[in-house]
Amino acid sequence: MEKFSVLTGVTAPMPMVNVDTDMIMPKQFLKTIKRTGLGISVFYDMRYDETEAERPEFILNQDAYRNSKILIAGRNFGCGSSREHAPWGLLDFGFRCMIAPSFADIFYNNCFKNGILCITLSEEQVEALTAQADGSDFTVDLEKMEITAPDGSVTPFDLDPTRRHNMLNGLDDIALTLERLDKIKAFEAKQQAEQPWLYT
Amino acid sequence: MAKTLYDKIWDSHVVEETETGECLIYIDRHLVQEVSSPQAFQGLRDAGRKVHRPTASLAMPDHAMPTTPDRLHKIDDPEARAQLAALIEYTNEFEVPYIELADRRQGIVHIVGPEQGFTLPGTTLVCGDSHTSTHGALGALAFGIGTSEIEHVLATQCHIMRKSKTLRVTIDGALPLGVTAKDMALAVIAELGTAGGTGHAIEYAGEAIRSLSMEGRMTLCNLTIEAGARSGMVSPDDITFAYIKGRPYAPSGDDWERAVGYWRSLATDPDAVFEQEVVVKGEDIAPRVTWGTSPEDSVPITATIPKPEDFADPDKRKAVERSLEYMGLTPGVALQDLQIDRVFIGSCTNGRIEDMRAAAAIAKGRKVADGVGAMVVPGSGLVKQQAEEEGLDVILRDAGFEWREPGCSMCVGINPDRIDAGQRCASTSNRNFEGRQGRGGRTHLVSPGMAAAAAVTGHLADVRDLN
Repeated sequence: MEKFSVLTGVTAPMPMVNVDTDMIMPKQFLKTIKRTGLGISVFYDMRYDETEAERPEFILNQDAYRNSKILIAGRNFGCGSSREHAPWGLLDFGFRCMIAPSFADIFYNNCFKNGILCITLSEEQVEALTAQADGSDFTVDLEKMEITAPDGSVTPFDLDPTRRHNMLNGLDDIALTLERLDKIKAFEAKQQAEQPWLYT
Repeated sequence: MAKTLYDKIWDSHVVEETETGECLIYIDRHLVQEVSSPQAFQGLRDAGRKVHRPTASLAMPDHAMPTTPDRLHKIDDPEARAQLAALIEYTNEFEVPYIELADRRQGIVHIVGPEQGFTLPGTTLVCGDSHTSTHGALGALAFGIGTSEIEHVLATQCHIMRKSKTLRVTIDGALPLGVTAKDMALAVIAELGTAGGTGHAIEYAGEAIRSLSMEGRMTLCNLTIEAGARSGMVSPDDITFAYIKGRPYAPSGDDWERAVGYWRSLATDPDAVFEQEVVVKGEDIAPRVTWGTSPEDSVPITATIPKPEDFADPDKRKAVERSLEYMGLTPGVALQDLQIDRVFIGSCTNGRIEDMRAAAAIAKGRKVADGVGAMVVPGSGLVKQQAEEEGLDVILRDAGFEWREPGCSMCVGINPDRIDAGQRCASTSNRNFEGRQGRGGRTHLVSPGMAAAAAVTGHLADVRDLN
């Protein structure tokens, strides 16, 4: 996984609540057996009309936002399905950071597994930052845990220390867990003695 | 100290806890399907890793599979064929047990797991699908995960997470006639909101839950994710044990008594404390229907379409305006006046034998209304077989319903079963999101009896008027 320390880029505002993962990545794109190539399909129904032409009013179709790296959205972003195709598409588009008042649990985890930083702020903070998302650059600094808006104002944020550590160092969860294989095997031996029916 | 069911299962599965509170949790059971797993197996192969304990997983195709009778030799969609081929190849390479499409046990993972006795009380169970919450009905801690997490579970048999907060939803009193677990779930989601359960593990308790069958409990737990909680569970009891006994993966012989003794000890202690409590009166729940594009947007069938100004929160008001426009609805109109084009009965929410019976009970001696396309998709081959033994397929076919092969079908629209833009569908599935059942499609979530009632009347209807 790619390391994340400081990210500077355009922030796209999407002030909608309950944006679900069906909206982020509709069903027809779940049939790929690859993780890549989904950027063109992200937000498909909102982004393209029935003839697959871009809808000019959609934020990511506006020139100032075509190269967005940060998305700032309404509460409960990413609710619904567990499809990791949603963060894969966001990443493939170029997003590395999501900011919202709240995220759905599964989506939140899926983002971190793919090197996308999710930042939770208060409704007021999100509103204030959204007002500045005019196509100018924002800077997200994971070392310092702060967001610098185009007007120079700084918004601090919190993050679970383990997630922060893993993001900063681009660590692979599986390799870390496999270092604990002895503990896993000891757990299995004990459980098998107590609940043999789980091992038949 | 008194503990909840969730506490007990959690505590018995912690392999390691870090100083920050993040835990390595052992996973007893893992269900695998063709849409969320190929990339995970690919990741293992690329890294030269193996599956830690192949027999703890069980794989089958469900999401992308056609439900037409000729599907064993005819899958038109090349991408669906590729997903099926990948699942077969990877399960073979990594020696993961696989139920093939031709096997009569094949079906939706969340129907098949409990049906095979693969889902057991006290276990941790995951699957790359958010409706994994279903399995909590058997007293398991079950939740959906993403593909990277699937890869982690395959490689290590563990999952990394923090302990959730606990929320008890108590539904007291008896349900009125015509009210089902689906209506209970929609009422609970409306009460909590679609994010109300985020960060929580929900336990359902109370008289109305205790009297539910296992099928009903599975419907209720299945929809837990629509309130934002990844897992919903019910403390195991005699109804649970009677359901499990004799199933292929269930303990037998001496193990059975030992297992039941252990499972009984898992029930939430009487004085256990939950971080949040919600109480719903069972006798106040009516058959419900969703009007909007979030599962929280439900009302009793006797209600009218709400007005945006009924909602105090400005963001929700904006969302309601968008939903009403998408759904083609006018505030103030009675829901029962809405004509429908399609009916879908099935899914991991309502694709079990009781659901088939409820639909057939309404369909019996009636006909699907002119201009309505109605489809029944059993949740598994075994549900289909049992329904056919009971003659339910004949009743449904005689009434004009299509009787299909098992799979996720029109709930998720990954296979060819979809609704067209502008069509209105009464559906027993779990999500009424924009475009969920087909681009521009308009979904109204209901119980199986209500869906059948809509089919035979041609409009959203109150099942109590047809009973």
